[in-house]
Amino acid sequence: MFNIERWKEIFQSIQKNKLRTALSGMTVSLGILIFIILFGLGEGLKNSYTDLFLRQANNVVYFYPGKTTKPYGGFKTNRRIEFDNSDIVDIKTNFSDRVEYINPTISYGATIKYKLESYTFTIQAVSPSNQYISGNILMKGRYINEKDIQEKTKVVVIGRIVARDIFKGEDPLGKFINIGSRSFKVIGVYQDLDGDNEESQLFVPYTTRQQILMGSDKVGNIDITFNPNLGGKGAVKLEDDIKTFLKKKKSIDPTDPSGIRVRNVADELERSLQFANALQIIVTFVGIGTLIAGIIGISNIMVFIVKERTKELGIRKALGAEPNEIIKMILTESVFITSIAGVLGMILGIVILNSLDSGVLQDYFITRAGVDLTIAFFATVILIVFGVIAGYIPAKRAAQIKPIVALRDE
Amino acid sequence: MIEINNLHKSYEMGSSSLHVLKGIDFSVNDGELVAIMGSSGSGKSTLLNILGMLDTSDNGTYDLDKIRIADMDEKKAANYRNKFLGFVFQSFNLINYKNALENVALPLYYQGIPRKERQVTALNYLDKVGLKDWSDHLPSELSGGQKQRVAIARALASNPKVLLADEPTGALDSKTSMEVMALIQKINNEGKTILVVTHEQDIAEMCKRIVRLRDGVIVEDKKVKQNIIKNV
Repeated sequence: MFNIERWKEIFQSIQKNKLRTALSGMTVSLGILIFIILFGLGEGLKNSYTDLFLRQANNVVYFYPGKTTKPYGGFKTNRRIEFDNSDIVDIKTNFSDRVEYINPTISYGATIKYKLESYTFTIQAVSPSNQYISGNILMKGRYINEKDIQEKTKVVVIGRIVARDIFKGEDPLGKFINIGSRSFKVIGVYQDLDGDNEESQLFVPYTTRQQILMGSDKVGNIDITFNPNLGGKGAVKLEDDIKTFLKKKKSIDPTDPSGIRVRNVADELERSLQFANALQIIVTFVGIGTLIAGIIGISNIMVFIVKERTKELGIRKALGAEPNEIIKMILTESVFITSIAGVLGMILGIVILNSLDSGVLQDYFITRAGVDLTIAFFATVILIVFGVIAGYIPAKRAAQIKPIVALRDE
Repeated sequence: MIEINNLHKSYEMGSSSLHVLKGIDFSVNDGELVAIMGSSGSGKSTLLNILGMLDTSDNGTYDLDKIRIADMDEKKAANYRNKFLGFVFQSFNLINYKNALENVALPLYYQGIPRKERQVTALNYLDKVGLKDWSDHLPSELSGGQKQRVAIARALASNPKVLLADEPTGALDSKTSMEVMALIQKINNEGKTILVVTHEQDIAEMCKRIVRLRDGVIVEDKKVKQNIIKNV
């Protein structure tokens, strides 16, 4: 392979035939470049999807009370179902092996006042599990804890937007705000990657809310997280089991679709992962398509190059070049050009991908556009290998032509 | 030097076949300057190509310097061409992206001679054809006569036993033809065996022997008084 004299011949041929070199080089470079950019953007699209659904806890099932649509067990239809503390205890005791966290929530609206100014934000009465289930990230202070639940303390954790709007740069920790007619102490500020809406909420202990409502034991929704080891099927089973249990307890017709409603994040995740997989398949196809286009391009050019050089090869043969020498010369040249061009295209592709404005990309739902180096390398090698194969066939044919035929070629 | 017996060659032309050489018997001694003449289609170029191992015969024997040339694979043929034969073509057949020196040095490359030595030898031969000062010019920068002289220098560079020239003056005007033929005579006088294919009588008369082909057979083979070219 390494023969310095042949390399000198090849370098001269490359140098003196710039158009030819540029053509074959560009085909390979462009092939790899487009492959990497398309593949990278596709990956980015996939990342956005995965991010979106993996940021929140994804093993959450939400139970909502609804209205019955069928009469059952002596009750009339259109009965409003409500959850209460006993349901929480029951779920905790009956499904302790499969349920990790339980978070009862009560949403309500009330005027929020601080220093004579009024504000309107969503207020949720929750348990400490809410932090994990909603994916709240604590910026300062602390979250609601079990002691708050037991002692029904009047404390509040506020979102970043709430803190900004109400306190305007002031440190909110330890300050008191009025929610309705009662005064709550701010104990923490959180942020949430899911955006402003999620950061415009206030959380208070659900037991505190119940106490304010004259010792009510009602709760709004019940969110649970299941043991991730259950897997998709196990999660659906658990969801059904809890639903059946609650329906029985609340005397709801087992076939009534709306007495208790359920939303399962895992289901959604499953669906979105399917979508992400479909995206992956599309991205892969686009990549393979680009590569094939590149391979066809380089094959065409190799045929063209050999055809163009037929006469030169005839001269060389007349002067004593062995057929093997001809093949080696053409192949070494093509490997050399395609390798350099391939690597250049690869580097350029990666540089372009990295230099794309991530803000602009974000608008198109593309996050962390990038390509796995192994894949980039693999694609480059594939193109080079096919360049060699594509070059070998015409080179071999050219080497077999009788020199007199090759010399006659004009 | 060259000894051929009962040489036959036909070309397949679709369904029919064209019998080009119909039994040639012919020999050339060391140091001869032979003109092979004939109209187009007489088989003169085919004969030269077979002698030059650029083409193969169907039948008959060919010995070059007492070596039987038969059933050679391409690799062996390439080596023999390189060692024994030098070619001069009507259309020069220089490699257009190589300068004069590199063109002349090319046969030496295929002999595996190192670059430095190649260049020294090539320059010597360029000097011999009077083009030492043109060594770094590309073929496109040379006149037809200069190109043919470079081609001759290239044919000589590997110091072959026989020089084969196929219509070496076919693409040149009469004055330039004279120059080229003078060069061929000079090389012949130094002892090289040379075969020249031509259809021009005056070119043939500058050789020492004329072999006339018609329809694939030799119809005349005679020594002639050489028309020596002076002061061109």
